[in-house]
Amino acid sequence: MIKKEMIYRNPLVNLGYENEDILSNGGFGAVLAYAGVGKTALLVQVALNAMLREQPVLHVSLNDAVSKVDVWYQELFHNIAENSGVVEVSEYWDKIQPYRFIMTFKVDGFSAPRLEERLIDLLQQNIFKPHTVIIDGFKFDDAGRGQLVQLKELAQKYLMSVWFTVHTHRHEPPQENGLPLSFLHVADLFDVIVQLAAKGDEVYIKSLKGKSTDLTQNSLRLDPATMLVKNGK
Amino acid sequence: MKIEDQKLRNIGISAHIDSGKTTLTERILYYTKRIHAIHDVKGKDGVGATMDSMELEKERGITIASAATYCEWKGHEINIIDTPGHVDFTIEVERSLRVLDGAILVLCSVGGVQSQSITVDRQMKRYKVPCIAFINKCDRSGANPLRVIGQLRTKLGHNAVAMQLPIGLENEAEGVIDLVSMKALYFDGDSGENVREAEIPQNLLDEAKAKREELIDAASLFSDELTDAILNEREITSELIYAAVRKGTLAREITPVYMGSAYKNKGIQPLLDGVNYLLPCPSEIENVAMDMSNNEETVVLDSDPEKPIVALVFKLEDGQYGQLTYIRVYQGTLAKGSIIVNIRNGKKVKVGRVVRMHAEQMEDVEYLKAGYIGALFGIECSSGDTFTSPEINLTMISMYVPKPVISLAIVPKDNKSQLAMAKALNRFSKEDPTFKTFVDPETTDTIIEGMGELHLDIYVERMRREYGADVTTGKPRVAYRETITQRADFNYTHKKQTGGAGQFGRIAGYLEPISDAEFIFENKIFGGAIPTQYISACEKGFKQSMAKGPKLEFPITGVKVVINDGASHAVDSSDMAFQACARGAFKEAYLRAKPVIHEPIMKVVVESPVEFQGPVMGLLNQRRGMIIGSQDEDVMCVIEAQVPLAEMFGFSTILRSATQGKAQFTMEFAIYRQVPQSIAEKIALEAAENKKSAA
Repeated sequence: MIKKEMIYRNPLVNLGYENEDILSNGGFGAVLAYAGVGKTALLVQVALNAMLREQPVLHVSLNDAVSKVDVWYQELFHNIAENSGVVEVSEYWDKIQPYRFIMTFKVDGFSAPRLEERLIDLLQQNIFKPHTVIIDGFKFDDAGRGQLVQLKELAQKYLMSVWFTVHTHRHEPPQENGLPLSFLHVADLFDVIVQLAAKGDEVYIKSLKGKSTDLTQNSLRLDPATMLVKNGK
Repeated sequence: MKIEDQKLRNIGISAHIDSGKTTLTERILYYTKRIHAIHDVKGKDGVGATMDSMELEKERGITIASAATYCEWKGHEINIIDTPGHVDFTIEVERSLRVLDGAILVLCSVGGVQSQSITVDRQMKRYKVPCIAFINKCDRSGANPLRVIGQLRTKLGHNAVAMQLPIGLENEAEGVIDLVSMKALYFDGDSGENVREAEIPQNLLDEAKAKREELIDAASLFSDELTDAILNEREITSELIYAAVRKGTLAREITPVYMGSAYKNKGIQPLLDGVNYLLPCPSEIENVAMDMSNNEETVVLDSDPEKPIVALVFKLEDGQYGQLTYIRVYQGTLAKGSIIVNIRNGKKVKVGRVVRMHAEQMEDVEYLKAGYIGALFGIECSSGDTFTSPEINLTMISMYVPKPVISLAIVPKDNKSQLAMAKALNRFSKEDPTFKTFVDPETTDTIIEGMGELHLDIYVERMRREYGADVTTGKPRVAYRETITQRADFNYTHKKQTGGAGQFGRIAGYLEPISDAEFIFENKIFGGAIPTQYISACEKGFKQSMAKGPKLEFPITGVKVVINDGASHAVDSSDMAFQACARGAFKEAYLRAKPVIHEPIMKVVVESPVEFQGPVMGLLNQRRGMIIGSQDEDVMCVIEAQVPLAEMFGFSTILRSATQGKAQFTMEFAIYRQVPQSIAEKIALEAAENKKSAA
């Protein structure tokens, strides 16, 4: 039931991205928003969606401790489960939790070679093989293009798709295509770019890149508690 | 009381094992004239250090249970809790940290910030204990206190600033330079008791000036007055520096660092000055309690001695004259003759003798005011209990006690041991609410239960050492539980007609799983199919069945029993008949309700150098562990996993050998989770074998 609910109200699918995976192997996706709008929550929801489909997710956080990231997942999962009337929430959670692995780095200590080192540890011991990677807290303004190119190679080599959170600033007006100036130099590396915006108590999601050309809305209203589309399609 | 709160310090001395805490405490007691001779930890004189009062501690040279003692230094009264440094005794450490207002973090000038220092530091952070650091063993070869200051910054994230500089290191350690007064301090006399002030040696003057600049720079962030003095190039007095550093220390935003060698009697007196100048008095610390009459709402305590009493028992000790209860008063005044209530059980007691402790010796006092630590005689209570005045209902710590997850059978070798064992078990279960003991009715073995393998090991060892109880132990057993996964109906008739009074009862209804309670009984019988007087017998019968599953004999949890029909007989029905009927009904439905086994899952946190991250994760994975995540912290990493307790036996040895002894781990109970089918079969086989051998 919860799986159906998540697919039915998945904001990205509703925006017109083609399949449930949205990104192909080696693909990059980005969620742009100001601080506090819900970038991490949206990507945790993307991760939960993958976990429900038994696809392993590696969550790399450059800001928060493992326990804090875990709380994000638990909260969001419980909210979604409650909304979809699942009774045995903790049993369900126990079932999908093994499909998630959290890694945290200090921002300065994070690099593509370091991530690869950790990945090899996991793969060699047959502990975890990620299908989707979430990188939360990556500093786009400081990191050169090189760092991202390396990560892209890594994603291709290990057949993973990677989602990033991109922190945008209010003092930086968007360009014509809706992207902030500090992101333009790497925008071509991304297959999918979406933007979150808050208006009053509500959160809207808008596609900036990668949507299929057919129909559907350009902007959707999300439930801030679950980051799913409000009231279905 | 002769001394005011502003001149009172309750401090702890926390550190890695073997960094010299007990030696340091010994020297403090010597210089404050509480003792008149110095004994070393592993002393050749066979006396042992004063704070290590337990036999086992003296022998191993470690501190297990924290003894409390007090001393006076330059008009300030200092209560010292000597906290254990070994990782296995962290319950004790955490309990002591609860009663402290400040701490001295002792570090070894050679070993630096070691893994245990990280654990202790984390505990201090959790309880927001302000601290000053003391870098000990500056006389050892390889000593480098400035490197340790660097580690305090990088590994522990402290804003560490040197208050002193060493004059010579290793064999040439002579004394220290005080960067506040800019004087060299030497420690003369046989035991370093005479502090001699002198000019700073010329070769160290430039370095001292530079370090003083650093100190003033760091301190200026906490004092406008000091910043003002710097900007206007006015004289920077010692008072100004101390006031600023104190402000930063209390906010835990700066860690002043002292240095010396306790063993060689160097640098202890200035450290005591530091305790007086920089650590807080009780009223500067906010202490909170939970209001039991108001849904455990937090209440901030007031160190006013006139207010109702709130005091916490943090340690029990068996003394020559009976049970000695170590207590800290947080509010009000605890005096001889006061009536106080133990919040845990509501029992009122009258305070008899009140004493202040100096390790094993004591001194009678009339009362203990808020902020003070002392001990009471003849009070029946457990460690962690809160005592208050009768008119309030506050508790200092949560009443939640986790259920034990592991058990061990212990058998005394002879009669004498049996008596000693009983005495020891009685004491331990009072000291530690997570330690339980009972007699297994089937095997008549005494079983002890606790929160982990090491937890029980320590108590068995203490039983041998302190109480002379010679016991052998069985294999540790995991506390499995059973629960049901689906609804199952029952309609059971109990009928017996074999001479004498007959027995008759019929109960119908169903069992269903519940997740938020252990057992619920619901009566939905209308029209008196079972007479009301037998309903409680039915409930009792079902409850009895929960104690042991019919198949594997583990306790059952998470079952709701609903009865909705039944029958009785005017002559043959009785309480006993309905109890037996309920047991039969439970048995009938239970196996159809698809029972499963649940096992305790532990949260395991391993700290390891990054190069061993892969192997450590492999070890956890092999043990059916689910790795939640890994945290990279420069050269070290922290791996967090959930691992079944059954797989964790002997893990410390395996971890040590896989990481050249460089990794350490902590483990605590997390949740109960269903055992995978293959393992459940194994457990069932074992249970059957155990049953056979018991028969």
